[in-house]
Amino acid sequence: MIIPSKSAKEKNRRITRRGLMLGGIQLAVVGVLGVRMRQLQVTQSDSYRLLAEENRINVQLIPPDRGLIFDRLGKPIAENKPNYQIALIREQAQDPENVLAELAKIIDFPEEKQAEVLKRMFRLSAFVKVPVVENLDWADFARVSANAPALPGIIPEVGLNRHYPQPENFTHVVGYVGPVSERDLSGLENPIPILQFPGFQFGKTGLEIRIEDTLRGTAGTSRVEVNSAGRVIRELSRSEATNGADIQLSIDSDLQNYANYRMGNQSAAAVVINVNSGNIRALASSPSFDPNKFIFGISSIDWNALLNDEYRPLADKTISGAYPPGSTFKMVVALAALEEGLIDSEEEVFCPGYYDVGNRRFHCWKRGGHGRMNLSNSLKQSCDVFYYEISQRIGIEKISAMARRFGLGARPDLPLPAITAGLMPTKQWKQTNVNEPWRLGDTINSAIGQGFVSSSPIQLAIMTARLASGRAIVPRLIQRINGVPTPLEKAESLGIPDADFDLVREGMFRVSNETRGTAYATRIAEETMAMAGKTGTSQVRQISVEERAAGVIKNEDLPWDHRDHALFVGYAPYDNPRFAISVVVEHGGSGSAAAAPIARDIMLRALYETQPPISAFPREIRDDMLEQRQNEPPPNVAAPIARSDRA
Amino acid sequence: MSFMDPNASLPPTGLKKILYVNWPLVMLIIAVSGFGFLMLYSVAGGSFYPWARPQMERFLIGIIIMFIVAFTPISFWRSVTALAYGFALILLVYVLIAGDVSKGAQRWIDLGFINLQPSEVMKIAVVMVLALYYDWLEPEKVSRPIWVIIPLVLILVPTGLVFFQPDLGTAILIVLSGGVVMFLAGVSFWYFSAAISVVAGTVLAVLQSRGTEWQLLNNYQYRRIDTFLDPTLDPLGASYHITQASIALGSGGISGRGFMQGTQSRLGFLPEKQTDFIFTTLAEEFGYVGTTLLLVMYVLILVFCILSAINNRNRYAALLIGGIAATFFFFFAVNMAMVMGLVPVVGVPLPLVSYGGSAMLVLLGAFGLVQSAHIHRPRGNL
Repeated sequence: MIIPSKSAKEKNRRITRRGLMLGGIQLAVVGVLGVRMRQLQVTQSDSYRLLAEENRINVQLIPPDRGLIFDRLGKPIAENKPNYQIALIREQAQDPENVLAELAKIIDFPEEKQAEVLKRMFRLSAFVKVPVVENLDWADFARVSANAPALPGIIPEVGLNRHYPQPENFTHVVGYVGPVSERDLSGLENPIPILQFPGFQFGKTGLEIRIEDTLRGTAGTSRVEVNSAGRVIRELSRSEATNGADIQLSIDSDLQNYANYRMGNQSAAAVVINVNSGNIRALASSPSFDPNKFIFGISSIDWNALLNDEYRPLADKTISGAYPPGSTFKMVVALAALEEGLIDSEEEVFCPGYYDVGNRRFHCWKRGGHGRMNLSNSLKQSCDVFYYEISQRIGIEKISAMARRFGLGARPDLPLPAITAGLMPTKQWKQTNVNEPWRLGDTINSAIGQGFVSSSPIQLAIMTARLASGRAIVPRLIQRINGVPTPLEKAESLGIPDADFDLVREGMFRVSNETRGTAYATRIAEETMAMAGKTGTSQVRQISVEERAAGVIKNEDLPWDHRDHALFVGYAPYDNPRFAISVVVEHGGSGSAAAAPIARDIMLRALYETQPPISAFPREIRDDMLEQRQNEPPPNVAAPIARSDRA
Repeated sequence: MSFMDPNASLPPTGLKKILYVNWPLVMLIIAVSGFGFLMLYSVAGGSFYPWARPQMERFLIGIIIMFIVAFTPISFWRSVTALAYGFALILLVYVLIAGDVSKGAQRWIDLGFINLQPSEVMKIAVVMVLALYYDWLEPEKVSRPIWVIIPLVLILVPTGLVFFQPDLGTAILIVLSGGVVMFLAGVSFWYFSAAISVVAGTVLAVLQSRGTEWQLLNNYQYRRIDTFLDPTLDPLGASYHITQASIALGSGGISGRGFMQGTQSRLGFLPEKQTDFIFTTLAEEFGYVGTTLLLVMYVLILVFCILSAINNRNRYAALLIGGIAATFFFFFAVNMAMVMGLVPVVGVPLPLVSYGGSAMLVLLGAFGLVQSAHIHRPRGNL
């Protein structure tokens, strides 16, 4: 093969042709690749870039500090206490088991807890920070911090936890927080992500839940770059959290403390409100409990004790307890009669001790009767027959309407849960709800605040404030939010003639300041502070005809929960009213004996804003009072009261 | 036919050979590899280790090998072709029996400084042996059935061995490379039509056999097919690779995020970021401009090879260059198509760019063959 033949040329040519064809095919494929490249990188680039950002960037939440709650003078009621805690990062510890064992030499850290932490830790990635111990005291925390270099992976940290420095006294008003539960989340229409933050606290009761949104604040965010395993590489940007708003209550913690102290171990409620502004000075329900126990979950023993206590410590009786107002309702009935012109100051009713309607006999609390009674005396001596009689003339509709003007039968607008509206019955109401027609006897029962009529202590306090001021006072619990005063609207006049009010107020004054007045024994002796009031004793049981004939059983002889409720409402000073008060002692016996003394003492405390001078008390009880004061907590000091000694 | 053509001027000898090297091709190879070093440096988070530095060292060794091969006369390589093929075949059998288990497949022979992948060697050896075969065979006979069966056996025996390693990607590449040499040699189009029909039938059979006792592929291979056909099946599972690769590619945009600014690969969203999926990092950091530049360089390498092949009157040399060029083409085309979601994920690296000593050394050696054929091509007028 020396000389290239024709066939050699042919061979070469064919490789050329096939080579070019192959090159062409290859270029076509490259073209497809180029088109696809363009499609991905130019046409659809934006959407892919977005996906890449989503991949890469994790938003971490920075929890806000929960807003603080103060009393009207700025004393803390709910605060955030540093929670000294220890966390561990597994990959930094290398031998976490050994590190935890070392830690146990410094602080109290039992082995079963170590095992628990280890178990939890090994379920998570190695770089995740796992809480090891929480709520250390400062000494332990300092010890761990000092030894941290010898404990690889251990991170001493300070978090914030809710703390209530005045345990028991504000439990019902402020409530408490706890970890966010599934139930909390399911109750929200649009749960914000911060609620899922580990250890985040959420309002469970009281103000804490009702103004949760205000107290919570807004979470900050930290945008971090993460790798595919979720490990944080670096922080890209950060927006700080907005802390929750600080709340200043109208409540005076000294007065609140005192009210709680004064009610002692009884199942009772006391409300003090400012007659002119409606600011609530005290809103105390007894017995109470320590809300701090709930923050990290209460033990089932403690919980069951609270749940099964017949004094119902879990309930806020000031707003959710609906009691028959008893005789404290008589002012409303009197005003209704006066407004209708059905009676005047001179009108007299004879009280023989009973009142017959058809074949039913209604008794006055005073078996022998009061004799001739006018309006003023009927209040002073709390004659029932007088009200039986005039209620017949007015009718239930007018009584109920008047009661509503005083805030009864309507839910007061307060940022608290479970507020009762009480009940001011009408004929229509009974027909609808009891499915029976209204009877005369119902009106008679209603006239003395019994039967269907019911109201809560806060409603009675509002009623009394309105009686004292003649204006539609609205209660206010929150004075300032983040230092900004909440609007205080001037209360409208109730539109009741002063003359009518004067009559009723005079009667209330005589209750407390004249001999034979039902609260004379519990008067305020200091004339400039004199209190006008009204006692109430409301039955919780039916007294049968037989019992009536044999003699009504005395309260002391009845089981606790059959005894009468004791009530007292009042305002002071009479000449220039500042505060209205209502006190309800559940099954306390009589209003004058059980409720009035408490009301007087709390009222004095409110008026003097400290321990009142002994001269403010009636002469005959001053020695007793001096003795009582030995045990009284000094003003402005929170004194938790041991409640375990109650039988 | 030989290069000892008395009418042609003699091929260069000694140091003169340096002048006859296809320098543009060398420059392109260096440029593409340089691109690769940058990417390996970047995916390591701005570090020469663990990838860029070893890759550069191997590249140096590879370049030296390339020039040694290039300066050795093509006639020598022609004469050792059968030996090379036989040796590669023995290596393949050896790894099947005793190879290291790596990623569920027995593919490597540990030579100490490098993990040799015999299937890589075989890709070139198949091209060489077929070039020799068609150089020996008279062109008139190439389409006769008896003369078609021999090259088919030469292709399918090593293909089978690779397929059972199992390494589907390389097996397909061997078939394709061999097929290209047959195509260049002038085998009738009918055979290729028939082959394509057979492949289509086989694919159907493979899919049909799934779940039966005679299932033809491993489950992981079926899953790859599944996810290719429908990447949304399991975005965090099997199709994760494809989805994340598309995100990386797309997020690069026209100009890219900039060198070292890619997030997808460095943050670990991409699998095998330094090997099969390195193109995504390149796309993310250098954008459409960068990927197009790489594609253009690849195409230029192809163009230089094909021009060299069709101008080479030595049939063995021409077929060899064409076959190697085609192998190179299949490498980058399959890799890019795979990363861009056009074909299923098969383990094919991006040539000269992906981290991996074996593939790079073999490829540079192959380019040495191309250069040798180019330098020692027959010269003179016909």
